[in-house]
Amino acid sequence: MKVLLMYADRDFDEKGRLGPHSEDLTNDLGLDTVWNAMAQGDAFTRDVVQHATLNIMNDPAKIAYRQDILRDCLNNVSVIETLYSIAVEAIEREKREYFGLFSHSPTTILHRSLKVMQIFVELLKKLKKTADDNSHLFASSGFHRFFAMIAEDLSEEYFADVEEQLQELQFRHGIRLSAQLGKGNKGARYVLHKSLGEHRTWFQRLTQKSEPGYTIVIAERDDQGFRALAELQDRGTNLVANALAQAVDHVLSFFVRMRTELAFYMGCIHLHNALMRKDEPICFPDALNEDSSLFACRDLYDVSLALHLPGPVTGNTINADGKMLVFITGANQGGKSTFLRSVGLAQLMMQCGMFVPAKAYRASVCRKMFTHYGREEDASMTHGKFDEELHRMSQITDELTPHSLMLFNESFAATNEREGAEIARQILDALVEKQVKVFFVTHSYTLTHGYYDQRRDTMLFLCAERKQDGIRTFKLVEGEPLETSYGEDLYRQIFECTELEWDAVKEMDNPR
Amino acid sequence: MNIFSILYPEGYERPGYEPLQSPEIFPDLNLDQIVQRITAYKAPYHLNSVFYMPLKEIDPIYYRQEIMQNLEHTQCAAVFRAFAQSMKAMREHLSRLDKMYYPYQQKAWFLDAVKLYKDAVEELRQNLRGCQWTAKGLLAFQDYVENYVASASYETLCTDTEKMKQELAEVRYSLRIKGNHVDVRPYSEEKDYSEEVRQTFEKFRQGAAKSYLVRFSQGPDLNQLEARILERVAQLYPDVFGNLDQYCIKHQDYVDETLAVFDREIQFYLATLEFIEPLRQKGLPLCYPVLSVSRKTLSVQDAFDVALASKLCEEQAEVVSNDVLLKGPERVLIVTGPNQGGKTTFSRMIGQLEYLASLGCPVPGRNARLFLWDKILTHFGKREQTQSLRGKLQDDLVRIRDILSEATGNSLIILNEIFTSTTLQDASFLSYRILQRIIDQDALCVWVTFIDELASFSEKTVSVVASSVAGHPALRTYKLVRRPPDGLAYALAIAEKHHVTYRWLKERIL
Repeated sequence: MKVLLMYADRDFDEKGRLGPHSEDLTNDLGLDTVWNAMAQGDAFTRDVVQHATLNIMNDPAKIAYRQDILRDCLNNVSVIETLYSIAVEAIEREKREYFGLFSHSPTTILHRSLKVMQIFVELLKKLKKTADDNSHLFASSGFHRFFAMIAEDLSEEYFADVEEQLQELQFRHGIRLSAQLGKGNKGARYVLHKSLGEHRTWFQRLTQKSEPGYTIVIAERDDQGFRALAELQDRGTNLVANALAQAVDHVLSFFVRMRTELAFYMGCIHLHNALMRKDEPICFPDALNEDSSLFACRDLYDVSLALHLPGPVTGNTINADGKMLVFITGANQGGKSTFLRSVGLAQLMMQCGMFVPAKAYRASVCRKMFTHYGREEDASMTHGKFDEELHRMSQITDELTPHSLMLFNESFAATNEREGAEIARQILDALVEKQVKVFFVTHSYTLTHGYYDQRRDTMLFLCAERKQDGIRTFKLVEGEPLETSYGEDLYRQIFECTELEWDAVKEMDNPR
Repeated sequence: MNIFSILYPEGYERPGYEPLQSPEIFPDLNLDQIVQRITAYKAPYHLNSVFYMPLKEIDPIYYRQEIMQNLEHTQCAAVFRAFAQSMKAMREHLSRLDKMYYPYQQKAWFLDAVKLYKDAVEELRQNLRGCQWTAKGLLAFQDYVENYVASASYETLCTDTEKMKQELAEVRYSLRIKGNHVDVRPYSEEKDYSEEVRQTFEKFRQGAAKSYLVRFSQGPDLNQLEARILERVAQLYPDVFGNLDQYCIKHQDYVDETLAVFDREIQFYLATLEFIEPLRQKGLPLCYPVLSVSRKTLSVQDAFDVALASKLCEEQAEVVSNDVLLKGPERVLIVTGPNQGGKTTFSRMIGQLEYLASLGCPVPGRNARLFLWDKILTHFGKREQTQSLRGKLQDDLVRIRDILSEATGNSLIILNEIFTSTTLQDASFLSYRILQRIIDQDALCVWVTFIDELASFSEKTVSVVASSVAGHPALRTYKLVRRPPDGLAYALAIAEKHHVTYRWLKERIL
């Protein structure tokens, strides 16, 4: 029994090692906020969605497989919740049945396995019923297969069979063993036989006492005697206890798979609800082949910011089809970093099969994604700041392949502008020639203007919009990079106000 | 009444409470790493907070310097290390007592703890007599110990302890177990019966037998039966156990408060000396600085970043030292030069020098003459927070405004690579404005920047430049020298080193 709701042909790996760049992606894109909204405080779900978002798929067909399943989930939330709760219940009730702390004898293993298996049967029946009642509501190929598998593998006859076995294993009428003689005539190779209990006639029961034989009676307080008897039983039930315990593990792992893969979709449902409550739009994106080099979005917003802010957030509408190099320049706090983050988040969400925070989103898939952000001083004291940035760029280069996506945010600025621009130019030229798509947020006029003078078809220049009166709209518009970032505005705002005004500014602490 | 303190001279108002949080400047100056290294093996003493309380007057600083020097230059630090060991053993012994359930078990452990304490005190007194001190604090402590040992209360503690141990050693009893009955009786002479039993049944023996010997735990815990037996024994010997009850009540606070406080506070010196020992071994100079509250000058030769040096010592790597000089009207050191040339380290080093001096600790370098500051304020470029709704430039400006309004003419301000998130034009505009304000305040300042022009701002600014090996721009000397900026940032040399130039990337991306 395979779950196969994440991939059509393999299990989802929620424990695999994350790539070396995962930590940077997490911090730079604010993924924690997204994961927390998806997990709703559940650490397990958080792990699952973390692995799903960081292990992106780059085959549009695989993406579509998950998108279809997710659509089903959003249309049948209560069914998904029921399925998920069945898996969770199975796992939690199994956990509650402790193995003894000290004695792992076959008797205790058998006893526990029986108890757990009875719980599992009860929940498998519940799963069967939920599937039978609701399967007609689902349209995706993933769920079709899943429900068909349940209908076939969990038939009425099968349950009847299992229950008979579980009855038998109670050994209500004792256990029957056969044995051969081993070394020194000591009993060995014990085999367990089916109990005769139920099948005896009233006549057999009446006449049994008269059959020839000897009876050993263990005295009431003979502890050693009881211990020996228990050991014999253990030898006899060893194989069957092992078999049943293994069966329990198999069923458990099915529930674990089911919980794991549904946790991803539960996370998507939670995020969906959170965005619906805020009236923020979502859409299922068009994921296109990696060599198509397309990117277009309508009202694309930063989902992490949307979750963080009480009010609505600004979206951006951009067409960057055919562009390999997108520069974002302009006013501080004009929404540059926010836009960069929104591109990264949307691309990751698309490539793990999720919906995307935008009214429309269409983009080529990337093979890998990297972020390169300006950083604080490195606490290990081995690199200066600029050195550290280039070291990080070098580590990224080890992983880079054509058709990757790179997001730079104020990179290579920890030196003077002329030299920083020269380094950036060399890096960008090489990346573009190697088919790496780049979004670059920068203040460096020297850098952007150099490229603006070339104005190639593969480049796009976006500016944080700033009206004549200095008010920022947080929207990006196409336009020529300007030389100043309005630091003077900020200086006046912060240094040339009275103490009273200053207190008010600090109080608000929120430029919006 | 204030009890005697080895950290504060008599008459000095010691702080009412000890801070648990390190000062804000700690991470920027890597002081957190230094303190972490100093106190690494001293966790139970909670020494960190001592390092969080810089002294604001010169006298108590010299009080500590004297003690530190005495301990460093005589063999007598070993005396206190031995005392600390004994006190630690006593505390560990006592700590197990909390995990015990049965009163007479606990009381016997308590008695042993007192014995350990008594031995520790006596050893301390003996050892102190062999020491030659000159520091006021240490002489005062020696007097205190002599008086304490001669006191009547200590005498009683000793006699009571010896007597109690003797009495308990003499208790003996017998047990009789029948069915589910166990009788506890006074001791009487009996033979070893188990041997008789073994001999009686020897003839039934059949081949090799599996061992049914059970291993019992060797821990101090009593099981319930043992505990109940102990209760009966106590009833058999009411006088002895009555005495034990009395003893424990009478001596419950047997550790002298002054000694307890001393035991912790002396660790400040021991930990610091243990920390600098490997630096001295490496031949790195450390000295006890001369401090001034009036002359705003800094002067030290061959100083180094203590956090970095400590790490490099472990790695057997070379430590580069630098001179610092700020004299006459000079107030602001403008530090420029190539990336990874040691600029940040240099600025940290000055912060560390000034902070360590205010604790009474030795400082890196020779002939240090330092200024006793009222505040150290730092701003090092910080990682952009995605949760922060303010841009990075605004964060920088807000922080600097806070620094300037907190600073006085006696403060030390350290700025490192600020305004990197804006254009060159903006960065120079803002830097000039800020520098003017710092100079107006007459505060001391170390400023690491890539804007070379700041160096020649006025007679109050001095230029310090990180240098590199002539002809090899990527090779750093980590030496910073007083001379005009040379305007080269050697960025391409670093890019080449990391293999991220155009040519390298074209080769590396497959």
